Amino acid sequence: MKIKIFFFIIYFLFLAVLNSNDNKKELSEIYKNLRCLVCQGQSIADSNSDFAATIKLVVQDQVNEGKTKDEIYTFLISKYGEWIVYQPTFSKSNLILWILPYFIFIAGGLFIFFIVRKSKNNKAN
Amino acid sequence: MKISISKIIIFSFIIFFLSVFWLGLKIDNNYDTKSLIGSKISNFHITEINNENQYISEEDLRKNKYTLINFFASWCAPCRAEHKYLLSLSNQNKRIKIIGINFKDKKINANNFLKDLGNPYNFVGKDTDGKISISFGIYGIPESILVNNELTVIKKIIGPIDQVQFEDVLKIIQ
Amino acid sequence: MLSNIGVALLLLVLILSFLIIYNSSLELKTSSQSIRKNIYQLSLFQITFTVLSFFTLIIGFINSDFSLINVYENSHTAKPLFYKIAGTWGNHEGSLLLWVNILVIFSYLFLIFNHTHNKKFRLYTLIFQNILILGFLFFLLLNSNPFNSIYPVPAEGLGLNPILQDPALAIHPPLLYVGFVGCSIYFSAAMASLLSSYAGKLFAQSIKTWVKISWCFQTLGIIVGSIWAYYELGWGGFWFWDPVENASLLPWFAITALMHSLIVLEKRNTLYSWVIILCLSTFILSVTGTFLVRSGILNSVHTFASDPSRGIYILSFLSFMIFSALIIFFTKYKKENYNFNLKSRETFILANNWFMVFFLVTVLIGMLYPIFLDVLTNVKISVGPPFFNIVIIPLAIPLMFLMAIGPKFSWIKSQNKFFYKILFLILGAIIINLFIFYFFGKYSLLSNLIFIAAIFLILYSLLDIKNIFNKKNKFKLPRVTSHLSFGFLVFFIGINYQFSLEEDFNLKVGEIKETNNYEINFEEIKIKENKNYKAVIGNFKLTNLKSNLVQYLNPEIRIYSNPETLTYEAAIKTRVTSDLYLTMSNVSRSDYYNIKFQKKPFMIWIWISALMISLGGFIQLILKKNEN
Repeated sequence: MKIKIFFFIIYFLFLAVLNSNDNKKELSEIYKNLRCLVCQGQSIADSNSDFAATIKLVVQDQVNEGKTKDEIYTFLISKYGEWIVYQPTFSKSNLILWILPYFIFIAGGLFIFFIVRKSKNNKAN
Repeated sequence: MKISISKIIIFSFIIFFLSVFWLGLKIDNNYDTKSLIGSKISNFHITEINNENQYISEEDLRKNKYTLINFFASWCAPCRAEHKYLLSLSNQNKRIKIIGINFKDKKINANNFLKDLGNPYNFVGKDTDGKISISFGIYGIPESILVNNELTVIKKIIGPIDQVQFEDVLKIIQ
Repeated sequence: MLSNIGVALLLLVLILSFLIIYNSSLELKTSSQSIRKNIYQLSLFQITFTVLSFFTLIIGFINSDFSLINVYENSHTAKPLFYKIAGTWGNHEGSLLLWVNILVIFSYLFLIFNHTHNKKFRLYTLIFQNILILGFLFFLLLNSNPFNSIYPVPAEGLGLNPILQDPALAIHPPLLYVGFVGCSIYFSAAMASLLSSYAGKLFAQSIKTWVKISWCFQTLGIIVGSIWAYYELGWGGFWFWDPVENASLLPWFAITALMHSLIVLEKRNTLYSWVIILCLSTFILSVTGTFLVRSGILNSVHTFASDPSRGIYILSFLSFMIFSALIIFFTKYKKENYNFNLKSRETFILANNWFMVFFLVTVLIGMLYPIFLDVLTNVKISVGPPFFNIVIIPLAIPLMFLMAIGPKFSWIKSQNKFFYKILFLILGAIIINLFIFYFFGKYSLLSNLIFIAAIFLILYSLLDIKNIFNKKNKFKLPRVTSHLSFGFLVFFIGINYQFSLEEDFNLKVGEIKETNNYEINFEEIKIKENKNYKAVIGNFKLTNLKSNLVQYLNPEIRIYSNPETLTYEAAIKTRVTSDLYLTMSNVSRSDYYNIKFQKKPFMIWIWISALMISLGGFIQLILKKNEN
């Protein structure tokens, strides 16, 4: 009986989630993902520099034109290089960056699995 | 210690890592956009600073063998320092055309600036809010871009033009 | 004169370190069970002179003795006394002197508090620790000497960076270094353990307290750094995955893993090799972090001024450490038989280590990848917060479930009862999450799962606390406190992230902006002359249009003259339910000011939860002390 209630609620949860969209403020998110090129390690959102102010205007324009986040990033990357975005692109050269952590996670999991199994066999003997 | 494959692999990894760190110390850390040399400029429409009806766009630049696009402002001190090189280049009118884009400035101040120091530009455009500079990949003032008739960026000069870069440009446009 | 005293003291420490190594090596061969008195005496002299040298530098700062280059470059007569003192360790050379101090202090304390342990082990630890001390002393004396003098003596100093004139930042380095540098002692102990074959349970007991101390201070140091960033840096965030922040996080993951594994090593006498690997890795990570941050190889908002020669020295020292550790480890490594009970606490501790290593590796890869890419392919990319958030955060979900269930697993008498308890709590977590979801705002599936996991951890831990008080079992309190606080931390960070308001707009004096149920009235600008800066203060009247509550916020632009810098002071109103955050900067060549307004729910609870995590560790230290 309890299990049935459990699954019922999970079902509602997923229904609710499917109907919602993420309430995040898009502009703010874009500003935070862009790097201020004339500052020492600050994003456009945090920087008070002239360059940051100009970029914000350009981003606002493009958002109002209906461009998506990715289009805006592609545009800025074409002008300033990949360094300007904080989220590394999902390109071939960045494959190692994105895959390696999960690879190690899985490798670690397998390692532990084998150790535990080995110790089970040790105990059995 | 017995030599085994796993040990060799681990040692090699460590040596590789440390070598990269070592090399990393030698490289220049500062980012500039010079890696964008080779890309094309496109999609721009720049209004003349004193005349709203006059403007310049891609077709105009394709007519020139070389164009130097120079972003400047009356409030920018290094812009005064580089001005003499621009004037000198403006004498090479057959080979290179120079476009000045007045960045985040007031028309009256820009005109006075050019009256005082001389006007090396074939066309003076305005970029009052700075947005045009972004479409050229500019991030500081002064900054200049040299393009050819296919609108490919051949050279980027970040900061004021100095003697070395001036001579470089002369060499390119010969 | 101070310069001479300082250098003389350091040279004495240098000589003493050599003597300690020499005498300890000789003592290794003797057959007596206890260590000769003279080694204790040498160590006592060593710690005395080292601490005295640090005080010498402090005196130099207090007296504004500009004959010392270090004081000249980093201080100013107009600086308040507290910050003059803090200036001692707020620079590269001074902080290195602090490193050496902590290395020596831990060396001495380890020696005198470990009487009951094997003599050879203690001697080897002393030897290795002193090799480390020598390494840093040479670096100090040859490259980064805080006692270098300058003649003629300048009349005034260059001043300390105004951003560093803050109480939180003043105590942040010492706290962090006790963590960072404190782990040197169990690096040395691990090497000693391998060489003297002093392993297992006894080894675990010898380093246990030191691991816990370094963990507590490392945690506290990181938190204080974040609090400083929030109040001082003016962007309303508290974690930016900046290289310096990451450098402090790398050892933290390793120490946390180690702390948990030590439980297994002590209780079940297994996982020895893994513990050794962790002990060696932690200090190696500390030095690697130091290298990355001080050599100039990485770009960061708060690096020290960098100098390539430092990088070369630290890299050489790091290489020496890594190779020695590897060689000794491989030479002495013995295969272990693992004896795990799958359904026991040990497996969950292994799982903890699994996750900690994953987080550590992710942060390391994120930091190193741009360097590798640049060196190998000459392409510069940025790896910033989005990368770390995307990779790490989803895995916090299973981690929190394991944190709740793991610790009591071996004492489960009834399988069914346990299973239903978990189900019941998950249900409770889902219901609470749904409540938040429906009444306060929608968010993504991932965020839902994070909330559910965090609430589950909180509920489970609260039940644990109830049991602790019922059965009066105070020894569980530290672990439950830390785990519970971690759950709260994730919960509050989640709420803060989902429901924060952020607005960025330009305003002129006298203008009003209405946004998100707030009316922001830019009433006026006031100019105020202070001791070492001029302040441009904005007076903002904030009206909450729903509740009609009025607040006044006064962000500032500060213009310093020594050195010439501009800083932006955020106006922060900290309240129980949320923080109001306002920064103001002038738009060049215009009457407009760029205003950033943020409303950040539950900010103060984030700090409280984080501090409670650290508190759990301190409680355990006190409890164990009272035991003895």
